[in-house]
Amino acid sequence: MSSADLTSERDLPPEREATTRGDLVPERDGPRDTGMDDASLHRWLARTWRTPPGIIGALSSVDHKVIARRYLITAFLFLCLGGLNAVVMRIQLSGPQRGLIGPDLYNQLFTMHGVTMMFLFAVPIVQATGIYLVPLMVGTRNIAFPRLNAFSYWVYVSGGLFAWVSFALSMAPDVGWFAYVPLSGPEYGPGKRADVWAQMITYTEVSSLAVAVATIVTVLKQRAPGMSLDKIPLYVWALLVTSFVVVFAMPAVMITSTFLILDRLVGTHIFNPAEGGDALLFQHLFWFFGHPEVYIIFLPATGMVSAIIPAFARRPAFGHLGLVLSLIAVGFLSFGLWVHHMFATGLPKLGASFFTASSMLIAIPNGVQIFCWLATLWDGRPVIRTPLLFVLGFFFTFVIGGLTGVMLASVPLDLQVHDTYFVVAHFHYVLIGGSVFPLLGAAYFWFPKITGRMMSERLGRWHFWLAMIGFNAAFFPMHIVGLWGMPRRVYTYPAELGWGNINLFISAGAVLFFLSFVLFAFNLVHGALRGAPAGDNPWDAGTLEWATSSPPPSYNFARIPVVTNVEPLWAEREALAVATGLRVDARELIISTVAEAHPDIREKSATPSIWPLLAAIAVGGTFLYSIFTPWAIVWGAAPIAITLIGWFWPKGDPEDEE
Amino acid sequence: MKRFASIAFGTATALFLQGCAGWQSALDPKGPAASELAWLIWFFAGLCAVVWVLVMIALAMPLMMRPREPAEPLVLDAGADNRKLRVVMTAVGLTAVILIGLTLLSFFANRTLAAIGSDAALTIRVTGHQWWWEVRYEDATPSRILTTANEIHIPAGEPVRLLLTSTDVIHSFWVPSLSGKLDLIPGHMNVLDIKADKPGVYRGQCAEFCGAQHANMGTFIIAEPRAKFDAWWNDQLQPAAAPMSGEAKAGEDLFLNRPCVMCHKIGGTPAGGTVAPDLTHVASRQTLAAGTLTMSRGNLAAWIADPQGVKPGSHMPVVDLSGDELNAIVAYLEGLK
Amino acid sequence: MNQRPALDISDLPTFGHGPRSPTWWGTLGFMALEGTGFALAAGAYLYLATLWPNWRLSAPEPNHWPGTIVTLLLIVSLVPNHILNGYAKQCAIGPVRIGMVVMSLLGIAPLIVRWFEFPALNIYWDTNAYGSMLWVLLGLHSTHLITDVGDTIVLTVLMFTRHGYSGRRFGDVGDNVFYWDFVVLTWIPIYLLIYWVPRLG
Repeated sequence: MSSADLTSERDLPPEREATTRGDLVPERDGPRDTGMDDASLHRWLARTWRTPPGIIGALSSVDHKVIARRYLITAFLFLCLGGLNAVVMRIQLSGPQRGLIGPDLYNQLFTMHGVTMMFLFAVPIVQATGIYLVPLMVGTRNIAFPRLNAFSYWVYVSGGLFAWVSFALSMAPDVGWFAYVPLSGPEYGPGKRADVWAQMITYTEVSSLAVAVATIVTVLKQRAPGMSLDKIPLYVWALLVTSFVVVFAMPAVMITSTFLILDRLVGTHIFNPAEGGDALLFQHLFWFFGHPEVYIIFLPATGMVSAIIPAFARRPAFGHLGLVLSLIAVGFLSFGLWVHHMFATGLPKLGASFFTASSMLIAIPNGVQIFCWLATLWDGRPVIRTPLLFVLGFFFTFVIGGLTGVMLASVPLDLQVHDTYFVVAHFHYVLIGGSVFPLLGAAYFWFPKITGRMMSERLGRWHFWLAMIGFNAAFFPMHIVGLWGMPRRVYTYPAELGWGNINLFISAGAVLFFLSFVLFAFNLVHGALRGAPAGDNPWDAGTLEWATSSPPPSYNFARIPVVTNVEPLWAEREALAVATGLRVDARELIISTVAEAHPDIREKSATPSIWPLLAAIAVGGTFLYSIFTPWAIVWGAAPIAITLIGWFWPKGDPEDEE
Repeated sequence: MKRFASIAFGTATALFLQGCAGWQSALDPKGPAASELAWLIWFFAGLCAVVWVLVMIALAMPLMMRPREPAEPLVLDAGADNRKLRVVMTAVGLTAVILIGLTLLSFFANRTLAAIGSDAALTIRVTGHQWWWEVRYEDATPSRILTTANEIHIPAGEPVRLLLTSTDVIHSFWVPSLSGKLDLIPGHMNVLDIKADKPGVYRGQCAEFCGAQHANMGTFIIAEPRAKFDAWWNDQLQPAAAPMSGEAKAGEDLFLNRPCVMCHKIGGTPAGGTVAPDLTHVASRQTLAAGTLTMSRGNLAAWIADPQGVKPGSHMPVVDLSGDELNAIVAYLEGLK
Repeated sequence: MNQRPALDISDLPTFGHGPRSPTWWGTLGFMALEGTGFALAAGAYLYLATLWPNWRLSAPEPNHWPGTIVTLLLIVSLVPNHILNGYAKQCAIGPVRIGMVVMSLLGIAPLIVRWFEFPALNIYWDTNAYGSMLWVLLGLHSTHLITDVGDTIVLTVLMFTRHGYSGRRFGDVGDNVFYWDFVVLTWIPIYLLIYWVPRLG
């Protein structure tokens, strides 16, 4: 498509004429980038888009890259904490009847492990990667609703701190990450532990939902001119589908946790069978979120695989359309499987069989993805670097997890392995194999873009092999011990069941796997400080994030690219086509049409603001206080309202006025 | 990678042979339901292994090829991509066929399982408590209704119907060598039919996280020949044995005058509590505290003297007893065969 | 990387109404997630209602009149809401100011009647699960109503300041109209669930 087509094909909506007739202050125009030399352009844009100096400035930042970096580091710290939980649990389980820790601490540990890994690590880190990469990949200057994005980070951090401070005070939830009633209900869950679970869930989900909406709007409305639906990179598609799944799944867990806290704090009976409620209702609501949750974690990882493989196979992904349709199919089907977590609750047989069929069905789009990636690799030996090694590790492990998933989909088979170590093995193969390995590959792949430096390839290989061996040694034998009858969530087991040796082996593997993350952390720090300079595009990859410098400037692109191919940098080897005409003294970016990405509006993006942080503090304080009294909602309404008005009230910047 | 896999497999096999497997293993079935399921597990696992190996071969192939010919990534061989499309479509088709096959297999296995207990003559109501199992044998004659705890005697070779429910939190009843698990949910009643082919003791434990002592909520199915089972039932219906010695008599008095009676029942005495296990024939059981300790004089004493040490978080309170008093109560309970 | 100018966008407008604007899509996103929340809460209600054959659990029937008045007020408010939308599209400041004041008042009116809805349920939230679900559904929608009315009032004030003369503000008015439609729309099924489904039992 030539640039002429882009403007001539755009049909101007009739409203445009009307708007110019209204009671508007005439637009104050500013300097444009048209014809501006590179040095002045960079100077203008750097001044317009910078994060203000000082601590207040840093706390006011709305730059998607700054927010994403904070998110990534925070999520990594939570991963380490969750991993330490796991190591302590594995030491306790390394032999029968060990007395290292008692049930009270153990139950908090496994709950915190699950909650941390799911809500404080996995979901935030895949979303954070998206916050960093999606605006770059679609060729825009910031994420949509940048202040909302900043707000969601602060809410997430306060949720995480809340959970971990509770743990330090021995007030952490001890009812499992799923917190089934009645165990977590008012009668059997005394103290504040289950309340901590409920409120922490509610507010980390507020953060996920906000990021999801921002991501969706960025992808739909802020794509570079010419990036029609068929030219959207697969990674961006994956994040788009994931964000839609978040929008429709996360409300379920918020409803669940809200109902729970109402039952606990104000005496409603929603889950109380003695007064017309039902305990299974909780499970339906929870798993209506809980199963899509797995795909919220897994789909972005497939996007990473789809980004890494083409770069090293030296060709675009095979079956681009098939991969996109599979993503969408998985997104839809993920809502039709929740009952397979509840086969052991004794649901009617016919209903259960339906969920067997739907659970089997989701293996087909996932299979399509696997086959398309393999076909992408079949053109010849790929360039084997650490990111690709982790993708190969992903195939090795995730396929095992997917296949054991097929076993779990069968109702009768599930009744033997449900809630045993077989399931623990299965979902760690899916979540670590399917999501963490691609994430690690992605870390090596995009680290040069984020920091401008390469990570060590040699340490990367050591890291890979240590992780592979540690992971498989820790988790493969769990399948076996599960079939031998070992249930999940037990703090100890009797010696006479003969599970001692195999558990010792598992624990050794777990320690090895943990050490691989220590090596990874070292490689990250070493790379950031001493790594070789990366250049703009160290892997010669084809998507837009590689078109700008490493690390990217605050404004991402000096001029917004014009896209003609799904791998624009491969299509335009000499010079990247760009659009001109944006103001450089205000945060202007291009809003484009949803399907064809025709440029439509020059809209202004929000300026830095401290109000999102203040709003997050107001919201966080209200949630925390609500654990102690329902009146917190009333008292908290005023500060929340004030901070939100402060957030949205125009300050007279060029960004606010037209 | 391959060598690692073989080492892992070897180690796993060695560990498997070493373990005292079978007592609580889904892979060592002792009844028709578990046998059907073990077969299903092996079939699924075998098929999955084959699929996995095929995918790994497909993954390994390009690693042995020469690097891709044209250096420009957008220059593609249309013919090659068309051939790949056919291969991918075939693989997707095969996946669909396998999945349909497995779905049907699973459906028919479910029907087989449902048929096992259709003619069950004996009904046992199992109620989950934090952290023990209340077991009640139903009978048309009210005087033959029997309540016991944690150990479930059944006639071998006959299907038995279990009615599962709970009065506190959700538990799950699971004896892997006989059958899959089913939850005990307050406000719901689930039906699980089990059958043991031969006499024997089959261990199980709670499979749904139920709080502090979820790990120590064991149960035993004790399958016996019909005659022995009937004799056991008749014995259990008898009131508790009278104390045989002076010490045991003192123990009975202590039991009846201390908080023990608030929770426990002993048939034939005024002790009538129902929130804790029925102790009428406690000494005839093989374990204490739902599989936590084996039944012995020493363990009885340990459990009564320090329940929070043996089973932290358990609802059994510490009762203040002197050494002599403890001995007397143990002597009394030990006689309740 | 080298660049070659290929497209001039300098004459694009600086704001747009409806689906042209990202804010509209953001609003739609929040409607989708809130709508899912409402649907699940309604689903929970229906789940419990079908689980118990004697739903209403021998509680007295709710008095539907306050709820019916709220429903009528909300439906009537849709007319000025859409007239306001037309003026917002024309960026006509005078009529938009009047319209925003009217919409603020039409937001406060159902809130006042809503106060009388809670006692008209004839049951407390802690009596049984039926009572809990009625209070939860009504509470959810009331929160929804309060936040949107608050939002409308703030925007009304804003339209009376110098900031009101901006195209983006008129866009905000359009989004406010859009969101109010949603608030009205979500109420209809909840109204039926609260006041009419219990009469079936």
